[in-house]
Amino acid sequence: MQPQSGTLGSNVSLPRRAWAIRRNALLMGAVQGQGYIGQALGAADLLAVSYFHAMNYRADDPEWEGRDRFYLSIGHYAIALYAALIEAGILPEDEIETYGMDESRMPMSGMAAYTPGMEITGGSLGHGLGIAVGAALGLKRKENPAFVYNLLSDGELGEGSTWEAVMSAVQWKLDNLIAVVDFNNQQADGPSRDALAVGADAPKWAAFGWYAQEVDGNDLDAVTTAFDNARNHPEAKPRVIICNTKMCKGIPFLEEREKTHFIRVEADEWEKALALLDEDKPL
Amino acid sequence: MTIPAMSRRQSKYTPRSVPVSETGEKLTTSAMIASLDAEGRDTIAAPFGHALVDLAKTRADIVGLSADLSKYTDLHIFAQAHPDRFYQMGMAEAVLMSAAAGMAREGFTPFATTYAVFAARRAYDFIAMAIAEENLPVKIVCALPGLTTGYGPSHQATEDLAIMRGMPNLTVVDPCDAVEIDQATRAIAATDGPVYMRLLRGQVPNVLGEYGYKFELGKAKVIRDGTDVLFISSGFMTMRCLDAAMVLAKDGVSCAVLHSPTIKPLDAETIIAEAGKGGRLVVTAENHSITGGLGEAVAGALMRSGTFTDFRQIALPDEFLDAGALPTLHDQYGISVGSIIDRVKEWMDGK
Repeated sequence: MQPQSGTLGSNVSLPRRAWAIRRNALLMGAVQGQGYIGQALGAADLLAVSYFHAMNYRADDPEWEGRDRFYLSIGHYAIALYAALIEAGILPEDEIETYGMDESRMPMSGMAAYTPGMEITGGSLGHGLGIAVGAALGLKRKENPAFVYNLLSDGELGEGSTWEAVMSAVQWKLDNLIAVVDFNNQQADGPSRDALAVGADAPKWAAFGWYAQEVDGNDLDAVTTAFDNARNHPEAKPRVIICNTKMCKGIPFLEEREKTHFIRVEADEWEKALALLDEDKPL
Repeated sequence: MTIPAMSRRQSKYTPRSVPVSETGEKLTTSAMIASLDAEGRDTIAAPFGHALVDLAKTRADIVGLSADLSKYTDLHIFAQAHPDRFYQMGMAEAVLMSAAAGMAREGFTPFATTYAVFAARRAYDFIAMAIAEENLPVKIVCALPGLTTGYGPSHQATEDLAIMRGMPNLTVVDPCDAVEIDQATRAIAATDGPVYMRLLRGQVPNVLGEYGYKFELGKAKVIRDGTDVLFISSGFMTMRCLDAAMVLAKDGVSCAVLHSPTIKPLDAETIIAEAGKGGRLVVTAENHSITGGLGEAVAGALMRSGTFTDFRQIALPDEFLDAGALPTLHDQYGISVGSIIDRVKEWMDGK
C-alpha cells in the first residue's frame, strides 16, 4: 500500500500554506529581532509544496519509517523549516516564542538532536547532499519507496563536496533522490554569481547526468509541477529542481533591501511586515 | 528486510522546559556576526582589517583571500582599501587554501580568512600538503575560535588548536584583544612560514593596552604577578583571568597571569621558569576543548622538563556544545569570569 500523505484530504490551499509559513517565520524573526528571515520568506513556497503537496509523512510520528526524508543542509534556513514544521503540525505553534532562546528546541541553526522533523545537523555547508546519497542508498537497500529530499542553497554549490555527491548520485542511479536548490543569488559576502562561476545551472546538472529542472521558485504552480515531474520521471537518475527565488518574497519593503543574507529588522517593522502579510491572506 | 531504526541522540530532542522569555531571564542567541561581549569595555573596530591595510601600504606582496566570509573576518576592510589585491574565492575552503599556496609560490604573502571550523576541519589536508609541508608563508586567520558563537557545533571551533598543533611547520597564535591582534598581524606578516591565527572580529575589546603589553611571536609574558595562583592563558581567556584576578585579590587570593598567545611553538622556557618557582597553583585557561590545546601543551612541557606542580585546567569540555546565548554558554561551560573565580576558590580551599 502506498504511504499516505500527512495532509491528504486537507482542503487548505497551497497559497494559504505558504502564507502561514511566512507568518510563522516572521513571528520567530520578531523573537530574535534579526536573522535569516529573507531566506525563509523566499523559500516559503517551495516548502509549502514539499510539505503540503509532495511529501509523505505523519505529523504525529516524525520518525515514521515510511516518511519521505527532508534533509536541510543549510542550517541557517532552520527558521524556514521550523515555520513549515509548525504549519505541518510536527512542532507545536506555542513554541514559536522560544525560537533561538536558551533551551529551546528550535535553535537558530538546524540540528537533528534538538528538533523533531529536523533530520540532519546542517550549518556546515556541503554535507547534506552526500548524506542524502547514503540515505537514498539505504532506502533502496531496504526496498523502502520513500524519497530523500535535500534542500541546498546556491552558495552551497561552491563547496567541492557537493559535486562529489552530485557524481555519486548519478553513479548509483539514485532515482529516489530529489535535490532542491534555493537559488536566491545571495550569500554572506554578496551575490552568489559574484563569488564563484555559478551559472547555466540546469544544463550543468544535466551534463552530470541528473534530471534537471529550473523554475520560478515563488510560482506555486510551477514548483508543484516540477515536484510532480521529479517524482514521476521514468529514468533511473537523481533529480534536481533549481528554484529561482526572491529573498524576502512577499514583504515588499524587505525585498527592496540590498543586503538580505542576515537582516536586522526594527521592532515596529515586524508588525508592519505582519500587517502587510495579513492584508493579503489567501483563502 | 528488517533494519533497526537509527538510535538518535535524544538528549535535546525530547521536549525541553519552555523558556520564560517574558521575564527577560533568557537571552537570545548571540548571532554569528556578534562581537565578543565587551562588558562595557573600550573596544577597537576591526583591528585585523585595519592592521592589514596599514601593512599593505609598504608590502606589495600582501594579498587577501576569503571563502565568502570577508565581512565576517574583517577582511572586507582590506578589500575596500585594496580591491585589486582581494580575491573572493567563494564558498570553497579547499581551493581557498590551495590557491593561497599557489600565490605564495609566486612570491606573495597571502592572508586567507574563513571561520575556524572550516579551516581546521574541512581544509586541513589542503593546509597540510599545499601549505605547511612546503613551509609556504600563508597566513590563515580565522574568526569564531572556540566558543565565540551560540550557533552550535557547526560554527564552534572548540578543537581547532588541537588540530592545528598537530601540523608540522605551522605556527599557531591565539591573541587576546584588539591591541594584540594589531601587533600579531604585523608579526605574522614579518615571519617566514605558515601561520594559523585565531581572530576576534568586529568591536574587539581593548584590554592589554593599559598593561603596556607588547606581542612577540613565540613569547609568553607575565602581565600580572601574584603569589598564590599562576594562570597560564591564551586568547580572550587572558582578559577573563585578569578580571578574575582582580576580584580574587579582594578575597585574599593573589593571582599571576602569564599570557601565552603563541600556542606553537610554545614558550616552554618562560612557562617552566614561572611554574618552577613553586608555591603557586598552576591553572591553565583556554577558550578551547580540554583535549589538545594550551593546557595539555603546558602540561607536556612541564612534565618533559621534570617540573612538578599542582596543576588544573580551565577549558571547554570534550563535547559538542549547546546552542544558546554566549553569556549563558560561557557560564555553563566554565569559562566566564564568575566561573573562573568559583573554581579557583574551590581549588584553593581544597589545597
